Amino acid sequence: MLWQLFWTFFKIGAFTFGSGYAMIPLIEQEVVDKKKWFDKESFFDQFSLAQSAPGPFAVNTAVFVGYKMRGKLGAFVSVLGIIIPSFVIILLIAMYLSDFSENVTVISAFKGIRPAVVALIAVPCVRYFIELKKWQMPIAIAAAIAIWLLGVSPVYFIFGGSIIGIVTTYFKKP
Amino acid sequence: MIYLHLFLSYLKIGFFGFGGGYAMISLIQNEIVVQQGWLSNTQLSDIIAVSQMTPGPIAINCATYVGYLVTGNIWGSLLATTAVCIPPLSIMLLISMFYKKLKSNRYMQGVLDWIKPMMVGMIGAAALLYMNKETFIDWSSILIFAGCFFASWKKINPIILIAIAAVVGLLIY
Repeated sequence: MLWQLFWTFFKIGAFTFGSGYAMIPLIEQEVVDKKKWFDKESFFDQFSLAQSAPGPFAVNTAVFVGYKMRGKLGAFVSVLGIIIPSFVIILLIAMYLSDFSENVTVISAFKGIRPAVVALIAVPCVRYFIELKKWQMPIAIAAAIAIWLLGVSPVYFIFGGSIIGIVTTYFKKP
Repeated sequence: MIYLHLFLSYLKIGFFGFGGGYAMISLIQNEIVVQQGWLSNTQLSDIIAVSQMTPGPIAINCATYVGYLVTGNIWGSLLATTAVCIPPLSIMLLISMFYKKLKSNRYMQGVLDWIKPMMVGMIGAAALLYMNKETFIDWSSILIFAGCFFASWKKINPIILIAIAAVVGLLIY
């Protein structure tokens, strides 16, 4: 079982690119359709909780799947599986790309890549923004400007948001 | 000393990294560029690009890369990657254990209602931070941005977009 968990998440870690959202279909296919560790509904139920925890979605998903199958050890082994492929690949790039970065070809490629990366970050931002409730929108804008222009650490916004969330719930009628 | 700072920084990034990879970018930027000064903005943006082209979560890729760059060896990578995983692993374990109770907890819902706009703000800040002079060097870069924005909005695969942008960069610069 442990080996199966490790191998399943190793494959997911090695073959999914981009953001955590890109990994969801692959994880679902492995865990729900192929291995039948979860039924579809309870998988997405737990996944929505995984989204509310800090950290990469893929790691959080590995934790709850691993935990359900083999407890804490299962969670640990699954996380290890999902991390090892990225770790090895990035380490190789970090060790050898530093020589490349002086390379004229690499420099001009990155001139093209940089605006593309900004677009890839801007798209999910706009998508999430229009899904927010009306009262949440000004808060999101204020947070973005404070982090961007004033260099305020996002940590304060997560902290502050949690406290306001608790206080307002306390004063709201159940 | 650098190892301790690296460990603490990535522990912090893991702990406050709500909203997944894109939201974590502004957290990483604030910690690594603004507060510690280990990398320049452009260096970090290139690391993000490399992270997007390689498999695995962006935050993990980024930790491995920054860990190596800052210390110059594998141990730095290992340390940063471990540190960034510790908070999600422990918090998510707790959530899995108390999953049924948390699901119906109204405080949890109240907190999530307020954290959500913060997450969107963090992603917005990450995008704004990189809309700078190093990214937009001329009209072509603005065109690349607009094209990629449109294509990504239409759910075209990000790896393909980055690959095309790299080819365009090679052709015009």
